[in-house]
Amino acid sequence: MEKETWELRLYVAGQTAKSVTALSNLQKYCERYLKGRYQLEVIDLLKNPQLAEGDQILAIPTLVRKVPSPIRRIIGDLSNQERVLVGLDIRPLESPEQ
Amino acid sequence: MRENSAFAPALPTLPKSLTGIDGLDEITEGGLPKGRPTLVCGSAGCGKTLMAIEFLVRGVLDYNEPGVLMTFEETAAELSANVASLGFDLPKMQADKKLRLDHVHVDRSEIEETGEYDLEGLFIRLGYAIDSIGAKRVVLDTVEALFSGFPNEAVLRSEIRRLFRWLKDKGVTTIITAERGEGTLTRQGLEEYVSDCVILLDNRVIDQITTRRLRIVKYRGSTHGTNEYPYLITGEGFSVLPITSLNLQHEVSNDIVSSGVPALDEMFGRGGFYRGSSVLITGTAGTAKTTLAAAFAAEACRRGEKCLLFAFEESPRQLVRNMLSVGLDLQPFLEQGLLTIEASRPTLNGLERHLVTIHQLINKHQPQTVVIDPITNLISVGSLSEVRSMLTRLIDYLKVQGITALFTALTSPRNGQSEMTEEGVSSLVDTWINVRDLEGIGERNRGLSILKSRGMGHSNQVREFLVTDNGIQLLDVIIGPSGIVTGAGRLTQELQEQAQAVVRQQELDRKDRELERKRRVLEATIANLRTEFESVEEELRQINDEESTRREALHKGRQHIANLSIGRISTSPDDQP
Repeated sequence: MEKETWELRLYVAGQTAKSVTALSNLQKYCERYLKGRYQLEVIDLLKNPQLAEGDQILAIPTLVRKVPSPIRRIIGDLSNQERVLVGLDIRPLESPEQ
Repeated sequence: MRENSAFAPALPTLPKSLTGIDGLDEITEGGLPKGRPTLVCGSAGCGKTLMAIEFLVRGVLDYNEPGVLMTFEETAAELSANVASLGFDLPKMQADKKLRLDHVHVDRSEIEETGEYDLEGLFIRLGYAIDSIGAKRVVLDTVEALFSGFPNEAVLRSEIRRLFRWLKDKGVTTIITAERGEGTLTRQGLEEYVSDCVILLDNRVIDQITTRRLRIVKYRGSTHGTNEYPYLITGEGFSVLPITSLNLQHEVSNDIVSSGVPALDEMFGRGGFYRGSSVLITGTAGTAKTTLAAAFAAEACRRGEKCLLFAFEESPRQLVRNMLSVGLDLQPFLEQGLLTIEASRPTLNGLERHLVTIHQLINKHQPQTVVIDPITNLISVGSLSEVRSMLTRLIDYLKVQGITALFTALTSPRNGQSEMTEEGVSSLVDTWINVRDLEGIGERNRGLSILKSRGMGHSNQVREFLVTDNGIQLLDVIIGPSGIVTGAGRLTQELQEQAQAVVRQQELDRKDRELERKRRVLEATIANLRTEFESVEEELRQINDEESTRREALHKGRQHIANLSIGRISTSPDDQP
C-alpha cells in the first residue's frame, strides 16, 4: 500500500471560502503524509458540472479517494485533521477502530 | 370553473401545469402550480414515485416539456424497469434528450464529515441536468434520503430550504416525494418548506379491500377539490377518480333510441329512450333484466352503433348462449366488433379498479351505448356510500360523454325497493323501468312498469311480459276483478271468456230457432186465418148471390103481378082477342 500512488480528487464550486480552506488543508496533509506518491486533481463544478454525477457529488467540497480502492468520500472543508486521515485511511495503525 | 375564469381579462389566475394524469387535473382544476414545487407525501407503497414519474412522462409525451428525475432511492435502471410495465419507455426518452435520470447515491458509510460543507454539488448536478435538456419539470424522489446520509441536520435543512427556493427561481414545476411521518405529513417536516401545494396519498385497508385515496391538503392560490378521491395504479398509469366534471352542463340530445323491445318502446311517449340518457332496470332475481339489457344492446348494434356490455355475472360465452335461447343472437355483433362484452367477477377488483376499467374501456372503444349488468354486484366490493359515490361519478361521466347507458340493478324481494334506489342512483337516472314478479295463484309471472321517464310521457300500466323463443313479448293488459290478470289467471280468464262466448252463442242460436218456430207458427196461423177468411168470403159471396137472385126473382114476380093486374082492368088486346 505504501508504494501505491494515491489518486485524490477535490470537488469544489468556485473559489468559495470553504473550497479554498479545503484545498489548503488537503495540500497540507498530502505533503505531510503522502509526499511524492499522490496525484491531486481539483475539479471546479462550476466549470464542469457534468462531472458531478460521475462521482456522486452532493456536498461541496468533497474529497474523493479514487485509488487505492475502495472509493472514499470525505465532505467538508477538511479542517478536522483526525477525521480526514481516518476517512482517507492514511494512518490505519493509529485508529484501530477503523 | 376556475378554468373558465381564466378567460376573464381582469383576473389573472395562478399559472398551472397540466399533469396529464387521469383525474388529477380535474381535482386541481388545471394541474400543479407552474414553476413551483409540489409535495407528494404518503406511506410506503402508495405510488408516490409512480405519480411523479407519470408527471414527467406525460410532460414529455403530451406537453413537450422535458423533465429531470433525480432519484435518491432507486437507480435509473431499476426505475426504468419498474415503469416499463406501464408502457413508459424511459431509456428512449433519455436518448431523445427529453428526460434525464440522475441517481443520487447517498450512503452514510461512505461519507466522512470533516468540517463545513454545503450541498452545492446537488444544485450543480440538478442545474446541469435541467439546463442540458431545457427541462420544465423536475422530480425529486425522495429528497428525505439525504437525511440518512448527512449527519448535520441543520445544514441539511437550510440547504433543502435553499433548494426549493432555487427550484422556484429556476421556474421548473417540481414534484418532491416524501414518506409520511407519524402525526405529520412527512417524516422530516418537509411540508414546512414546500408551501405551495401538498398532495397526500393514502393506502387504506377496509374489510380486506385496499383503497387508495388522494387528497389535496393544500394548494396555495387556487381552489381545488377538497375531498378524498380514490385513485388507482392501473396498467396505464396513475388514475384518480373524479374524472367527471362536477357540474351538470352536458349536452343533451333529442334523438330517440329504441329499447330493443318494440312493445316497450310503445309504452314511452316518444317511442324509446333519449340518446345519451341513462336507464335503470330494477328487478328481483330472474325477472329478465339481463335479457332486457341484452335486447337493448343488440338493438344498438343493429343500428350500427358500438356497444360496450359489462357483465358481472356471466361470462361472454354464457351470455351469448343464454341470449340465443331467447332469440337474441349476439355473436354476429361480436364478430363485427360492434359489441364488446367485458365480463369479470366483481370481487376480482376493488370498486375503483372496476370503474377505472370501465373508464378505460370506454375511452378505448368509444361506444355510443354502455350496458352494465348489474351495478348492484359492485356493492360486494365496497360499502354502500362508496358505491353510490362511484356510481354517481360513473353515471355523470357517461352523461357527459353522451353515452346512452343502461344499468340493471337487483332489488331485494323483501322490501321491494332496491338498495341502489335508496342510495340515490334512481335520482341520477333518467328512465327507470321496474320488472317484478307478479305472484299469485301458485305461480310467478313477470310484470314490467315504467316508474319514471324524464322528458316524455309514459304508460302507467303494469304489463305482463313473456320471455319467448323470439325475445321479449309484452302481453295486452287484462283487468280482472282484482287488478291485472297474469299467467294462469290470464288463461283462466281467457277460458272463462271463451266459455261465456260459447254459452252466449248457444243462447243466441236457441233464440234464433225459437223465433223461427214462432214465425212458422204465425205463418201457419196466418194461412189458417186466410183460409177461414176465404171461406167466409165465399160464404158471403154466396149469400150475396142468393140475395141478388132472390131480389131479382122477387122483382120479376112483382113485375109479373103488376102486369097481370093491368090486364084485368083494361082488357088487353093480348088477352081479349
